[in-house]
Amino acid sequence: MDDAEVVILWGSNARAAHPIFFHRIIRAVRRGARLFCVDPRYSESAQWADLWLGIDVGTDIALSNAMAREILVAGLENRRFIERSTLDFDRYARSVEEWTLERGAQVTGVPAEAIRTLAHAYAKAESAQLCWTLGITEHHNATDNVLSLINLALLCGHVGRYGSGLVPLRGQNNVQGGGDMGAIPNRLPGFQDVESDDLRAPFEAAWGASIPPRKGRHLTQMFEDMEEGILRGLYVIGENPADSEADVKKARHLLEGLDFMVVQDIFLTRTAQMADVVLPAAADWCEAEGTVTSSERRVQRVRPALPPPGEARTDSSIICSLAREMGHDWGTPTAEEVWDELRGLSPMHGGMSYSRLEENGGLQWPCYDENHPGELFLHSRLWEDPPRGPLAPFHPVPWVPPVDRLTDRYPIRLTTGRHLDSYNTGVQSGSTDSPLRLGGTLDISPEDSSAWEITEGEQVTVTSRRGAITVPARVDPSLRPGLVFMSVHFPEQADINQLTIEAWDPKSGTAEFKATAVRVEKAPAPVG
Amino acid sequence: MDLRFTDARPTAAERKAVEKATGIAEVESHDRIRTAGNLRIFRTGRQSILDRRHLLLPALETVQSEIGWVSEGALMHICRVLSVPPAEAWGVATFYALISVQPSPPEVWHICDDIVCRRAGALDLIDRVDAGELRPPDSRWAPSPCLGQCDRTPAAYVQRAGRDDLVIAGETPDRINGTAPDPARLTDGGTRSDPIPQFGQPHLRLLRRVGRADPGSVDSYLAAGGFDALRKAVEMGPARVVAEVKASGLRGRGGAAFPAWIKWETVANSPEPVRYLICNADESEPGTFKDRVLMEDDPFSVIEAMAIAGHAIGARRGYLYIRGEYPLAGARLLRAAELARERGFLGEDARVGVNFDIEIRRGQGAYICGEETALMNSIEGFRGEPRNKPPFPTVSGLFGKPTVINNVETLCNLLDIVTEGGEAFAAVGTSQSTGPKLFCLSGSVRRPGVYEVEFGATLGELIEMAGGLPEGLELRAVLLGGAAGSFVLPELLQMPLTFEAAGEAGVSLGSGVIMLFDQHTDFGDILTRIAAFFRDETCGQCVPCRVGTVRLEEALARIRRRPRPGDLNLVEEIDLAMRDASICGLGHTAAIALRSALDLGLL
Repeated sequence: MDDAEVVILWGSNARAAHPIFFHRIIRAVRRGARLFCVDPRYSESAQWADLWLGIDVGTDIALSNAMAREILVAGLENRRFIERSTLDFDRYARSVEEWTLERGAQVTGVPAEAIRTLAHAYAKAESAQLCWTLGITEHHNATDNVLSLINLALLCGHVGRYGSGLVPLRGQNNVQGGGDMGAIPNRLPGFQDVESDDLRAPFEAAWGASIPPRKGRHLTQMFEDMEEGILRGLYVIGENPADSEADVKKARHLLEGLDFMVVQDIFLTRTAQMADVVLPAAADWCEAEGTVTSSERRVQRVRPALPPPGEARTDSSIICSLAREMGHDWGTPTAEEVWDELRGLSPMHGGMSYSRLEENGGLQWPCYDENHPGELFLHSRLWEDPPRGPLAPFHPVPWVPPVDRLTDRYPIRLTTGRHLDSYNTGVQSGSTDSPLRLGGTLDISPEDSSAWEITEGEQVTVTSRRGAITVPARVDPSLRPGLVFMSVHFPEQADINQLTIEAWDPKSGTAEFKATAVRVEKAPAPVG
Repeated sequence: MDLRFTDARPTAAERKAVEKATGIAEVESHDRIRTAGNLRIFRTGRQSILDRRHLLLPALETVQSEIGWVSEGALMHICRVLSVPPAEAWGVATFYALISVQPSPPEVWHICDDIVCRRAGALDLIDRVDAGELRPPDSRWAPSPCLGQCDRTPAAYVQRAGRDDLVIAGETPDRINGTAPDPARLTDGGTRSDPIPQFGQPHLRLLRRVGRADPGSVDSYLAAGGFDALRKAVEMGPARVVAEVKASGLRGRGGAAFPAWIKWETVANSPEPVRYLICNADESEPGTFKDRVLMEDDPFSVIEAMAIAGHAIGARRGYLYIRGEYPLAGARLLRAAELARERGFLGEDARVGVNFDIEIRRGQGAYICGEETALMNSIEGFRGEPRNKPPFPTVSGLFGKPTVINNVETLCNLLDIVTEGGEAFAAVGTSQSTGPKLFCLSGSVRRPGVYEVEFGATLGELIEMAGGLPEGLELRAVLLGGAAGSFVLPELLQMPLTFEAAGEAGVSLGSGVIMLFDQHTDFGDILTRIAAFFRDETCGQCVPCRVGTVRLEEALARIRRRPRPGDLNLVEEIDLAMRDASICGLGHTAAIALRSALDLGLL
């Protein structure tokens, strides 16, 4: 980021949602980098951009394809990289053929000239970083959205080089680490495919137990399984689905219908309140020993500063006790012992001993052995001559509009997002005060405010095909007519997920939080 | 003050002042104005305004000097024009003693109550001024640390809204009373009749033109051999100039005595094409006024020396950062730079020099800005807080670029080094301390002032030059190096004033302060003033210094009144903690004077 010439924030309001990362962007911008923002809202981040493109919600692929065509028409693609290091280029080139600037403009709502500017800036830059977050992934076609961005990076060779890359911003300090450790349904620690016999074997040998040879269910599928009565018991660790799931009314109903639910958390969340058993957990960042892995794949050590309060225990201690109850004595391993076991099974963590992590202030995976310095960026192999390993395939992706269509009955697009002062469902941030806190509101454009005769603070009813909630309105100049916004932080006051659609991406399991069709009306005056 | 933009608007006069400082009359709206055309896209133009931050201090300074204080409306306007968040600008504005964010009368008298002026009746003057005497009715006063006028005490610096600032110095209160001091005497060109005690002496090098060449006339400077050195330096080429500086053995005169050539060579050889030169003229060490004399009475030599240095290190731009309390020196340097530019010695189309220009920045009352990295932060528009080193300025200095920063006196030595050659320069003085050196004599001495000697003269000889102590007074102690220096007893009168001899004696020459104290001195009072000075001037960013300076002052107050057991140890411990853990020299040196006074039994 520090040396990128162009930075694109696509579907990311990093200034509010990733403020520490955004400092790096500010530094880059101050140094002379050009920042582009693709976001339906003129967000806080967009205010720092050289150019903001306010696309229609869910038209990211249309924009990406139109950019790709423009890059090809102008001859700005990186031919050498494409020929040497990628696959399926011709199919991709054909697939974007129909996406003229005019068509792109028509679908995205953004003027053709702006699309052209962005395409040229990205393609011509010596180095360019393409960053995204939930604006890309909280859609029913999340994976296609991501693939369309990857296509752009391959087209221009903006990957695997210093200063150029694809940057999905993670939501927490250790989302990356959670995935790396195998907390995803289809992977063993170190991203090893659970369905591969060869990869599973070392784990089975080390653990002296067989591992189910098929991938597990992801969160959205689990709720489907609950609905079908297949899933009857649930063990929830550090997640609050009773507030955070799309179409949350339905989700709560399903959670209530479970035979048995255990919640392990540092707070008594709404989900915990519904549980049969609550296991109070230690706060990992200050009460436990271990490691976290940041967005840049840097594994860093965490050390306890405090003993956990009351009966709270670290997650690993709880899990080992549970195992013992179930008849497996795993002892009381230290964090370092657990880590060393992982190093033995996950090649990409192999060289990261605690002492090296300490010495180096963290290491970036892959780090295969004790002499490996870790990798500053990935995919540099694509630039070797000839490229090492499998070539990078283009994935032609069609544009499909959001599932929740706008109609006369539901003519307004509602999208969701985050504010600087709050965090997700507010479990961790709601108990402290902030002068910046806006509370749960429906944000509307100044134009809609006058058209609908709704003033600041007035109660409005927002209705989607799934439910209706009543909240105060707030006039927000970052919005345009027809686009309204709610934050996800205040489920108690503004239960946004009663409105959202649970339509989800079959490849990633993410629900389409970002695109809901609603109508907005003045709330009926309270009776009496 | 809130941390966000408010609706407060500037007055027309404030707007004009900001325009004068920044060249920007109106805010281009990077706040989006809603039109049909920008509901979908918006070009902020932000990139074009990001580099304006460095104009923050000049903007604040200009509003302060035109209006007398910086209102919320003015601050908001500055923030919008420069794209600086209000909380940041507020942090900068309140960092500096000379900028007021409260309504202020058009005249503010900053009356020096520091060590030397106290001896000269500053406290009586303050009593009278406080009672409303001497100053105009629509004014206020504030005590000030040393104003660098120790050769003509007591001194006051007067900020005047919309008019030139004044320094009133060496006047008895009775002479000030009723008769406004003659501003012309202070701000016009013209030579002074009694500029320096050594006026006319043939051995002078640094001071040779003082009182001889008109500081307001470039022709006068040329007639006195001005700009010959620059011409020669251009002929020699950058590498030779650096080589001569290396051969000269020149060491910095600002206090740290660092070999100049190391900085020069590092920057000259840097792969980074953009480099900067800074002349540190933030002469704020109590008791120091040598650079003021050079700048006031021979400003062209400072400009010429900077041009040579800029040429040698390959810089296109130099900054001269001068303390705000030197209005005369500031005005004369500004004029000298203009004239030099007109005559082709500076600027893009310089005929004699190279493509090098100088910008003069005025500090706004902060001792800490004399620290080189704090000074850089100040120029860049941030609070003047020192940076952690490394990286050193030669690698990452002003705006993150390789930077040479030298004191005024250090740079002025270049003229002789270039003209006579490094070896000839090195022949002057001693082997480790080459060249001439300026010393600032003040306090209990007959003829206070700046004295130039070759390195090697003894402390006693210098005092002799200044006429010794007045009748009936005898020397009790000397403060060497200013508030950050140490006391020495008359036993050391035979000590040559060289870096090596001082090092052997465990003292530092610092910036060349030689402050004399007689047998009637109340050292407790002097030390209390020094402790208050450091407590007031610490920037507060690092704990050892922010807390340590307060604890030192408290411990001293107890030691003077009724010492608690362990207070002496406490002073030692605080000193150690500050030396070990402070970021910059302020913390490292804040306890030296106190500890030396305690060791020598002066208290």
